[in-house]
Parts: sequence; C-alpha cells; structure tokens
Amino acid sequence: MRTVLRHPCLYLWFALAWPVSAMAEQASIIVQSTTSTANSGLYDHLLPRFEADSGVRVNVVAVGTGQAIRNAVNGDADVLLVHAKSAEEKFVTDGYGVERFDLMYNDFVFVGPLTDPAGLSGASSATDALVRIASSEALFASRGDDSGTHKKELSLWRLASIEPFAASGTWYRETGSGMGATLNVAVGMDAYSITDRATWLSFANKHEFQILFEGDPLLLNQYGIILVNPLKHPHVKAKTGQVFVDWMIGGQGQQAIAAYRRDGKQLFFPNAR
Amino acid sequence: MQEIYSSLQLAFVMIGSFDPDLVEIVMLSLAVSLTAVVISLVLGLPLGAAIAMSHFRGRGGLIVFSNALMGLPPVVVGLLVYLALSRSGPLGVFNLLYTPWAMIIAQAVLVTPLVTALTREIIEQLDSEYAEYLSSLAISAPGRLRTLLWDGRFNLATVSLAGFGRAIAEVGAVMVVGGNIDHLTRVMTTAIALETSKGNLELALALGVVLMLLALGVNLVIALVRPVDAAKQRRPVFR
Repeated sequence: MRTVLRHPCLYLWFALAWPVSAMAEQASIIVQSTTSTANSGLYDHLLPRFEADSGVRVNVVAVGTGQAIRNAVNGDADVLLVHAKSAEEKFVTDGYGVERFDLMYNDFVFVGPLTDPAGLSGASSATDALVRIASSEALFASRGDDSGTHKKELSLWRLASIEPFAASGTWYRETGSGMGATLNVAVGMDAYSITDRATWLSFANKHEFQILFEGDPLLLNQYGIILVNPLKHPHVKAKTGQVFVDWMIGGQGQQAIAAYRRDGKQLFFPNAR
Repeated sequence: MQEIYSSLQLAFVMIGSFDPDLVEIVMLSLAVSLTAVVISLVLGLPLGAAIAMSHFRGRGGLIVFSNALMGLPPVVVGLLVYLALSRSGPLGVFNLLYTPWAMIIAQAVLVTPLVTALTREIIEQLDSEYAEYLSSLAISAPGRLRTLLWDGRFNLATVSLAGFGRAIAEVGAVMVVGGNIDHLTRVMTTAIALETSKGNLELALALGVVLMLLALGVNLVIALVRPVDAAKQRRPVFR
C-alpha cells in the first residue's frame, strides 16, 4: 500500500478536479474579434461594464479578421467584431450574419524608424508614402495574414499601382502574424509598417520608432459588429448575442468606447447610428 | 541583458505577491497539462507495452510511425482538434471548443505518441532482460505486462515527465483550440505570446521564468516520490 501511495500517477489525478471547476455556469457568449481591439485593452475596459449591466460573460477570441470570419462561418462564435467592411458585408449576404452595424473607428498610421530613409514624413498621401517606400526599396513589414489591417494595406498598394509581392523576401517582408508581433519584427529590423492607432499607442516595445505619416482619409479604420445568424447555426446564442450587440451600439456602449483612454488619448471613436 | 535581469526581478515580485490573475493562469496551466499527461499515460502505457510484447506483421512499420508521431507539430494538432471540435466538425455537438477540455484533448493528442513510443522502448528492453525468468515461470501475458510495467516504473516516471514537458511548453495547439480567452482558457504559454505581441517583453519573459519554475516544481515532486536508489532496485520482483 505504501508503494502505491508513493506512485506519481496518484498525485497527477488531483489535477482532474480543476478543469471542471474552471467552467463557469454563468451565461456567456463567444465573440470572435481582432488582435487590435484586444491588444489595446479595449475589452478589459468595456466587458466588466457590460457584465455588470447584463450579467453576461463575454469570451473574446482575438485573431486576425480573416480567421475570425472563418471561425464564425464555422459556427464557432455568437458575435463577430472585426474591421474589414467588404468581407463583413459578404459574411452577411452569404447568410452567416444577421445584420452589420458600424460600431466605432480610428485610423491606420505609418510607423517607422526615426531616420526615415524613405522620407515618409514628407509624403503627401498614403499612396505617396507607399510609392516612396517602394522606390527607395526601404524595408516594409506587412502582416501577410489576411487580417483587416492586411486587407487595408493591400488595397492601398493597389491604389498606388504597386505590386509589392515581386519584392517579397527582399524589402517587402510578410510576417504572417498579429499586429503586435509584426511591430516587434518591424522594430527589430528597422522596417516601416502600417498599424492601427490603438495598437500603436498601447504597444510597449517602440524603441526609436514613431508615427511618420497619418491623416489621409483613406486610412480610416472602421469596425463593425454582427450577430451570427441562428438560421445558419441553430446553436448560436442569438438572444444573448443580440443583448451584447444592442448594448455596444446603444448609448451605454458607445459612451464607454468614447471614454477609453491610453495615456490620455482616445483610441476608438464610436459611430453607430 | 538589462531586460533579463529586470524580468527575473519582476518574476519574483509576481510570485511573491500571489497576483490572483497569475495564480489562476498557473493553476489552469497545471490542471490542463497534468490532466492531458494522465490521459496520455492511460492510453500510451498499455499501448506501448502491448506493441513491445507482441509480434505481428507490420510491427516495424507501426514502430516507425509511432516514433514519427513524437514530432507532431503542436499547431497542426491544434488545427486538427479545432476542425474536429468546431460546431461544423464531427464533434461540434459536444460544445468543447474554447474550453479547457479542448486544450486537454489537444495536449493529450500531442503527448500520447511520446508516451507510447518511449514505453515501447523501455518495455522491450526489460522484456528481453526478463525473457528467461518470465517464460520459466510460465506467467500469463497480462501478468507479464503488469510485471514489466511495474519494474519499469521509474523509467516510466521519466517518460511522464517528458510528456509533461511537451504539454506545458507548447503554445501552438492551445492557442487555436482554447482561444486564449481571459479567465477561461488563458494558460502560461498563451499569456506569454499575448504579452510579447503587446510589446511587454519584460513581463513576457517574467512569465517565462514562472513557467520554468513551475516545471522545476513538478520535476522536484516526482524526484521526491521516487527513491534515490531507484536504479539499484531494478531487479525482477514478482507479485
């Protein structure tokens, strides 16, 4: 008996009790969302307020917009909160979403090293900034992950009539990872990059990097919120999900979004109608 | 280098203050990985021993295959488990995706081949050492299996530590199937990935130090329950 008591497996079994207790009985929904909203700390600010109002726990899965939409198409979400308007509209017309609402916006900015080898600070527009990067073959770190930010970047290259993929691996470097990870790469190799302002302001590893170009209306970053369609996926918690959507686009949610600051700066601007 | 020093300091401050968020993440990491290892042992020990003691056509191929599975990339396992547990997948009705159970399943899939392959190796060696004793006593196959597993227990404890190491250290699988949801499926490795992507490199590294101390603690516990002279005790004991 004594040897049995000393058997390591016995101690391992104590672990079994934990995951059971970790699963709360509280009403909850799953929101597929983007790394930019999660990394900026917005949800840490909003969700406790929503939970206090409604008693509903919101479980946020933060991935790129492309993956978030894909997961929602598979039925692994109750609400989708992302930033790629045309892909969101397709999601709704394909029948996977009930209705898309504008939620909030901020903008994208070009960041890069202080030395600014391509002269972005003198650019006249977002497309001009890209032309300057491409013609000087300055390093550029792209998300390369089908995220909302990546889709925006690709649309800007198209507007600038530049085909960056020919330079893939030379000056055009696709990281294939999230916004923060891409900024870490950009900082590490002195490359330019495009980021949403919220992630940039809350990013802690800036070193000598700063915003070099901003303000072009093309750089608008619009977020939308969509309830996943229960007609496509009957298990979707439509009622609870709708409560969340209504709260976010209603007065309380919009005020809470406007009130969120990092270092005194507002990161997201509510614009639900 | 300055960062490494301040990360170490931060790690000990966090441990010393018993930060409730950190405690929650540590406990979940331990619970998920230990449970996954237990499941892997339940599946892998008998399977590995059975392969070791049996002779059949294609056995060599099976051994090569099970050895190759030790190299399964976590992110691929994560994807496979995601596709299985997704609401559109075959096991979607159980609603396990984005729960600790999904992470346990993924880690068990990662660790079971490791346990199976190493168990086969250990038992096969013991079996050839004991072949004469065991056949002279005309012990039945299940009795033989029990004897070999029992006498190999100290080596098998090392196998379970290797399995625990693989489970607690991986991030690719739990990130995909757990979703790194705060207060639900956030474990040490996904928290480290998250802090890295926020640019909080010192905090990320400090969490890494805590993770390493955690692994050290688990290994210490195993070392304490295992007699110091374990190696000397290895002789046939029939019961």
